[in-house]
Amino acid sequence: MNKVLYSSISKKFVMALAGLFLLTFLPVHLAINLMLLNDDPEPFNKAAHFMSTFPFIKVVEVVLFVAIMIHVIWGILLQVQNWIARPVAYKAPNRSDTSPFSRFMIWTGGSIFIFLILHFFNFYFIKLGIVEGDPENFYSVAHNLFKIPAYNIIYWVCFILLGFHLHHAFYSAFQTLGLNHRIWTPVVKVMAAVYAIAIPIGFAYIPFVIWILK
Amino acid sequence: MKVRLKIWRQKNSKSKGAFATYDFDGVSPEMSFLEMLDALNTKLVQEGREPVAFDHDCREGICGSCGMYINGYPHSPVPGITTCHLSMRYFNDGDTITVEPWRAKTFPVIKDLMVDRSAFDKIQVAGGFISVNTGAAPDSNSIPCRKKHADEAFDSASCIGCGACVAACKNASAMLFLSAKISQLALLPQGRIEAKERVREMVSVMDELGFGNCSNTGACEAQCPKGIKLTNIARLNREYYKAF
Amino acid sequence: MIKLDAKIPEGPIAEKWTRYKQSVNLVNPANKKKLDIIVIGTGLAGAGAASALGELGYNVKNFCFQDSPRRAHSVAAQGGINAAKNYKNDGDSIYRLFYDMIKGGDFRAREANVYRAAEVSNDVIDHYTAQGVPFARDYGGTLDNRSFGGVQVSRTFYAKGQTGQQCLLGAYSSLNRQIKLGTVKMFPRREMLELVLIDGKARGIIARNLITGELERHSAHAVVLATGGYGTIYYLSTLAVNSNASAAWKAHRKGALFANPSFVQIHPTSVPQLNDYQAKLTLMSESLRNDGRIWVPKNKDEKRHPNDIPEEERDYFLERRYPAFGNLVPRDVASRAAKERCDAGYGVGKTGLAVNLDFRDAIKKQGKKAIESKYGNLFEMYETITGSDPYDEPMKIYPAGHYTMGGLWVDYELMTTIPGLYAIGESNFSDHGANRLGACSLMQAAGDGYFILPNTISNYLAPEIKTGKIPTDGKEFGEAEKSVTDRINKLLSISGKQTVTSFHKRLGRIMWDYCGMSRNSEGLTKALKMVNELEEEFWKDVNVPGSSDEVNQEIEKAGRVADYFELAKLMITDALHRKESCGAHFREESQTPEGEAMRNDAEFAYVAAWQFNESEKTHTLHKEMLSFVEVEMKERSYK
Repeated sequence: MNKVLYSSISKKFVMALAGLFLLTFLPVHLAINLMLLNDDPEPFNKAAHFMSTFPFIKVVEVVLFVAIMIHVIWGILLQVQNWIARPVAYKAPNRSDTSPFSRFMIWTGGSIFIFLILHFFNFYFIKLGIVEGDPENFYSVAHNLFKIPAYNIIYWVCFILLGFHLHHAFYSAFQTLGLNHRIWTPVVKVMAAVYAIAIPIGFAYIPFVIWILK
Repeated sequence: MKVRLKIWRQKNSKSKGAFATYDFDGVSPEMSFLEMLDALNTKLVQEGREPVAFDHDCREGICGSCGMYINGYPHSPVPGITTCHLSMRYFNDGDTITVEPWRAKTFPVIKDLMVDRSAFDKIQVAGGFISVNTGAAPDSNSIPCRKKHADEAFDSASCIGCGACVAACKNASAMLFLSAKISQLALLPQGRIEAKERVREMVSVMDELGFGNCSNTGACEAQCPKGIKLTNIARLNREYYKAF
Repeated sequence: MIKLDAKIPEGPIAEKWTRYKQSVNLVNPANKKKLDIIVIGTGLAGAGAASALGELGYNVKNFCFQDSPRRAHSVAAQGGINAAKNYKNDGDSIYRLFYDMIKGGDFRAREANVYRAAEVSNDVIDHYTAQGVPFARDYGGTLDNRSFGGVQVSRTFYAKGQTGQQCLLGAYSSLNRQIKLGTVKMFPRREMLELVLIDGKARGIIARNLITGELERHSAHAVVLATGGYGTIYYLSTLAVNSNASAAWKAHRKGALFANPSFVQIHPTSVPQLNDYQAKLTLMSESLRNDGRIWVPKNKDEKRHPNDIPEEERDYFLERRYPAFGNLVPRDVASRAAKERCDAGYGVGKTGLAVNLDFRDAIKKQGKKAIESKYGNLFEMYETITGSDPYDEPMKIYPAGHYTMGGLWVDYELMTTIPGLYAIGESNFSDHGANRLGACSLMQAAGDGYFILPNTISNYLAPEIKTGKIPTDGKEFGEAEKSVTDRINKLLSISGKQTVTSFHKRLGRIMWDYCGMSRNSEGLTKALKMVNELEEEFWKDVNVPGSSDEVNQEIEKAGRVADYFELAKLMITDALHRKESCGAHFREESQTPEGEAMRNDAEFAYVAAWQFNESEKTHTLHKEMLSFVEVEMKERSYK
């Protein structure tokens, strides 16, 4: 049974499931973030408070954390195996046609993970009390952060990379789960493109408004 | 026409290997790529040098023997053909052409451009068959099969086992190769009986051999000389999940 | 003195095989484990035999020179595989298939063998289907058939234009199953370089490991050759470039008679030679002649583009010579007619060795779409190879060596004249006479491998159960290995100036010119002398670089070409002695006033089986007289 659990396809299956779960989480997060554009901090802070105290969400939070860790660890594991599978590299760069961004998943994923750590320092760890700050007023924490130009640039770069990551991830997850269809797969590919553009733009729009427009 | 060839020369599986450069004159645009190498070899032999070793046989794109990595493309910069069908017409006078063997842990170099693809046979031995003894078959028409499925099975079965998918994949994954066989037999009623055991055994052997994992990049499909589709990999995944 | 005994069972032709199987000696299942069988080759015949024998319980060792058994040249067969299923309800039967093969072979095949090949054809299709070969199907889910090779029934099963590949992969899959079960051990990248006889029986082989160069000794209670044909003797042919006759030739030199070596089928529609470096002639399906018109210009020194040549200056020579059949005359007739025009100086293309196959009129009449749906993939392939678009200008085609009907002489049990040595598939001579019918090669190879050999081999092996393992350290193995080593060393030591391939090309040219589509006494005599001289030159001036203890493709080629010189001489000798035209063998001295082939049944209704005399390096002719009981001997005519 171990053989099955750790087979290449099973690992990919786990990757895909965790990834899909993370895909559903992003719009929720974005919806809450968009409240930052409201001049009144109350709704955002309320939502943040709700997210961090409501029991069901607490459970989801654990699942989310596990999903991230599995996605990261499995991703690294798979990648290491992939590197080992070609110990001697081609001298001429491989020019085979591939789906865009699919070759760089480990790098885009890695960058996102680093951003995530930064993100945890800024918010999540405050909530846990590891880092100093006011967990009841994330609105001002966010607004303060978005006034730091360097932070915003890192933020934007990371969301562009996230877009690249999502573009391949969205379609790839379906393929890995074996969900392939003559009509629906092209639709999934379009949805992937829309999702991969809309989500990062949504997130990136917030600091743009706060830093530039206000 | 004249070309500059940078060809990977490696004495055997243990030695390191390096590029050798040959300025080769008198290439005719009518030659196939392999005929150009034949001509180069003739020249090398006449000069008392060792010819370049490469696998080849039918020279009509069906046996799957040939395969080399040309200017960054497995088989050929022109999609959908094997190296033996690549014509020198594609190149220009004065071009530099870099030729390497296919590289993967599972395809060790034997000599020069020759690699050992026996790992593919090992995957097939693990379960790429229907267990029917000679003489035990019922009348062919007693096993009807939807035309659509028979046609799809044929498309999958047209894999020539050349290894271009592994060569093209950034992970050196053999998923397209395996999925072609799994799909062919999964689509036919006579193949359904052992479908579960087959996919389990074949995936397990593929993993043990050390092929990489599938990242769904599509490089395999792009370089497959026989147009084997990625949908086969999705079917392989489905068949695998169904097997438990 | 060898006395040829075909061992044909008694009884009516339809009952011979059944009666044979009822009375044949069998080997007890427990005893089969004690018996080793070597199978050389992994095509339809070889892989079929290896897996079927493995299933029976024998210990099988299977060899191929390719890196994988899946690459045997059966893979390249396009058209289809015949079977007398009569699924089309068009009056087909085993007898009719048998009849067509006998007639198609121009009455130079053995009736009993041919009937059996037709008889097992149905089992072959059933077995392939059960193995998962995706044959074309009808909408109702049953198998589809097409008509092929000018016969009156639709009995050809097919998988697009890749029937050979699909059947071979079926055979490969069964072979893999036996490898997994441990009954078959696979030895890829090995070339058989010698047959080992002990007390006159085939007991093993010497094989060269093509990676390490090591010579290996393998012993067995029986050896099966499934090594295909020798069409590459012409250098350029539709065969794989590494296909060769060496295994069969070694067996011949050790005492196996070689039958009808001059019977070679030349296929009329292949992509012609474009340059001197060309290594291969790619076949374009015969079906193109259904719509394409074959012509050459009427002017010898025509310089215009074919499209600019007006109708009245074109010579549609097949339509002119054979008004009834036109462009659809049989392969041998079409090939000879094309050669005749080119020899007379009317050929087209850079080399003058090609004729036009023009679709202009068909496209005008049926529309480009209709032509595309029929031949789209072939046109594409043609364009890939030549860079010219057949929709816009005529294809250029020329005949190419394709299939060798001749091969090792075998009896009804498929055993050669060496006890314990069998030859199956294209490597034997038995089923196609002087000309092979389309879609019958896959059928015969698979029938031999799966259904015939496994049933006949037990007759020989039954008394062998007490023999025990055959040791490989005896003097016979030692001598055989030494002869191989000596030959390799000799080839390496010559260090001449000319490459192996240059000799092969020259040999091919001689054979093509004088022992190809059309032969005459003067040319053959000349060719014999030329081959002798070329062979002498080869052994003095060939350059085989490198050493023998590594991958050395030049050594591989050198050995094969060296054998081809000897086979070439036998082919010429055979062609010279057969002073009649039959099937693919056309002797210019034996033709009607209209230039058509004339058979001479009174003098030549026999199989010419040649024995090699080691001492004088000469050949002795043995005749197996053919009697036609079931089918009356008739003349072929296409006027």
